Amino acid sequence: MLFVTGKGGAGKTTFSSALARYAAAQGKKTLVVEMDDKGALARALQVDDLQFVAREVEPNLFAMAMNTEDSLREYIRLFVRNPLVSTIGPLAKILDFVANAAPGVKEILAVGKLCWEVRERNYDLVIVDAEATGHIVAQVDAPSILSNLVQVGVIREQTKWMQEMLHDKSTTGVVVVTTPEEMPVLETVQLLDTLQNTTKVGVAAVVANRVHEDVVLGVDIPVFNELQNAVRKKKVSPAVADALASPLEILEIAIDRRKNEVSNLEQLVSRSRSSGVMFMSVMDIDASSHNVVEQLTSVLTEELQ
Amino acid sequence: MNNLHEVLRNGRLIVVCGSGGVGKTTMSAALGAYAATLHNRRVLVLTVDPARRLADALGLESFGNAVVEIDSLALTRDGRPPAGKMFAAMIDTKASWDELISRCAPNDEVRDKVLSNKLYRNLTERFVHSHDYIAMERLFEAQQSQDYDLVIVDTPPSRNALDVLDAPRRMKEFFASRLLKLLTSQTQSRLFSIASKPFFLVADRILGARFLSDITEFFGLFRTMEAGFVARANAVEAVLKQRDTSFVVVTTLESAPLHEAEFLIDALQERDFPLTAVIANRVTPGELIGRVDDALQVLESSIQDPSFVQSVVAATQAVDPSAQQISRVINAISRKSAVVVKQAKTEQVALVSLQGRCAKANAQVCISPISGGEITHATALVALGESVHPA
Repeated sequence: MLFVTGKGGAGKTTFSSALARYAAAQGKKTLVVEMDDKGALARALQVDDLQFVAREVEPNLFAMAMNTEDSLREYIRLFVRNPLVSTIGPLAKILDFVANAAPGVKEILAVGKLCWEVRERNYDLVIVDAEATGHIVAQVDAPSILSNLVQVGVIREQTKWMQEMLHDKSTTGVVVVTTPEEMPVLETVQLLDTLQNTTKVGVAAVVANRVHEDVVLGVDIPVFNELQNAVRKKKVSPAVADALASPLEILEIAIDRRKNEVSNLEQLVSRSRSSGVMFMSVMDIDASSHNVVEQLTSVLTEELQ
Repeated sequence: MNNLHEVLRNGRLIVVCGSGGVGKTTMSAALGAYAATLHNRRVLVLTVDPARRLADALGLESFGNAVVEIDSLALTRDGRPPAGKMFAAMIDTKASWDELISRCAPNDEVRDKVLSNKLYRNLTERFVHSHDYIAMERLFEAQQSQDYDLVIVDTPPSRNALDVLDAPRRMKEFFASRLLKLLTSQTQSRLFSIASKPFFLVADRILGARFLSDITEFFGLFRTMEAGFVARANAVEAVLKQRDTSFVVVTTLESAPLHEAEFLIDALQERDFPLTAVIANRVTPGELIGRVDDALQVLESSIQDPSFVQSVVAATQAVDPSAQQISRVINAISRKSAVVVKQAKTEQVALVSLQGRCAKANAQVCISPISGGEITHATALVALGESVHPA
């Protein structure tokens, strides 16, 4: 089970979709789950709205949207077996009560459903389009958090096996998707610290998304720099200035940005390496292009094979 | 107040909203630095977790809940220190909540019981969007203080920017909610009443009686602070709608942040919050786009011209380039700048549609031109503030 997290806008949903497609194409029966009910996963996969009941959207690829009320209903049916359930009216009301009053309950209902699918071996791989960086710990480690707060009761009993599953690094991992900008990288490093220092949940990979290319590479760099300098100092013929001055000016922004990217990425790579986390970077894909997920899937296929 | 510069000159409170990653925090600091340096105002910038480089730029080593003054040397311009002052504070949610509880608690006993309650942190974090409420709370405190002419608040990054604006109302609703009444009505015969209702019976089976009673105790204490909280929430809401308050939305011209910005504009209008300006950040100047277009046409025809290539070789002779290198470099410049221009043109189209939307909302559209470097010192912040101009 992989929890894909990242700062908003970093490309979590796109990456989850591409990863799920890749896994399905490799012959793994894969479940991809949207946790926040915003419909972004369905849009990324270009399928109709997703429901709590998983649906096979492509061969081997199942998709569902988490809904804590449905999860609670399923949970009560499976575990509580309380005959009074039928007499207590709409579950939404109870859920509202429970979830508002008790920290971690909503999370555990969601994560519990995911763990259940893993335990029952219904799929080879479960990919979770999870909460953003700031909330992922509360989500992925909900059973531990709740077991510290709740002394007794059915949920408390359930937290044990879930914790075992979530803390087993060969079963569960977090994938952090980030862009190579300063703040997202900083947040990623902080998240790695939090996950590794305060939880037992493992980090499976760090993915730098939307990385830009260098304008020129290797032996061409000194030539480019020399030309840029000459143009800037107006030491070129008028024909060259006419053709190159403005393109070089607009590229300067891209070059500066790339410089920052490189230093941010270095930090990310060394942080990942020092804790043995897989690092992967993905070049920027033209966001206006038709199917970003498809392109990203082929990038992943190339990289992972 | 209908334009950004008037607000920076005469406004009392600016609430900066926008999606994450658009440069909101830096822009808030830049507007503050600009107002302090060029309009001689005493400005407080309240921010959430700032980038380390921004803190460095402001000359801040420790950046916490307490207000710190930015060294006026850092804001010196052309050798003249500013007549105004700039202050900054980072909103620390935990510390702010503790302060709030201490202020609203009817007595020391309740205060200590709440602060030491195991559920306190968890609960405050979830039921009323605690970060958002605290941002509003700090804003109010600062705005009421006579120490500043202008307070600029960088709103917390939130899934839904509206949570911030709705936080005071949510707080009031929470106190009026059935949930709270239910939890606190029968503190005497709690266990009896829990056992007697199927509703609680299920909750009890799921959560356990002990937990339920912990929760009930906490809310019982919390409820004693109702008057203080509700009065506060009302006052905060009133301040947000005051004449000298302005909302500023920051966005880039990429599609996702723009979508969020448009959503925010609608939401602000719906709630009658005074939206003054929308700042399009990191905009490639239209004039540059035109020049690059022209140059790329020239380049396309001269790329085959031996005398052109010869001139490029001459310009770079110091590094003795091969013919292949020259051709690769020229091609790279042509291809990569075309990609940047294409993106910039898409953004120009988006800018026009944003202007249409803002005209309807009676809000000014401002532009901050893109620059590649990150802010490394405070004078660069002033320059960034200065670069913001009407579209």
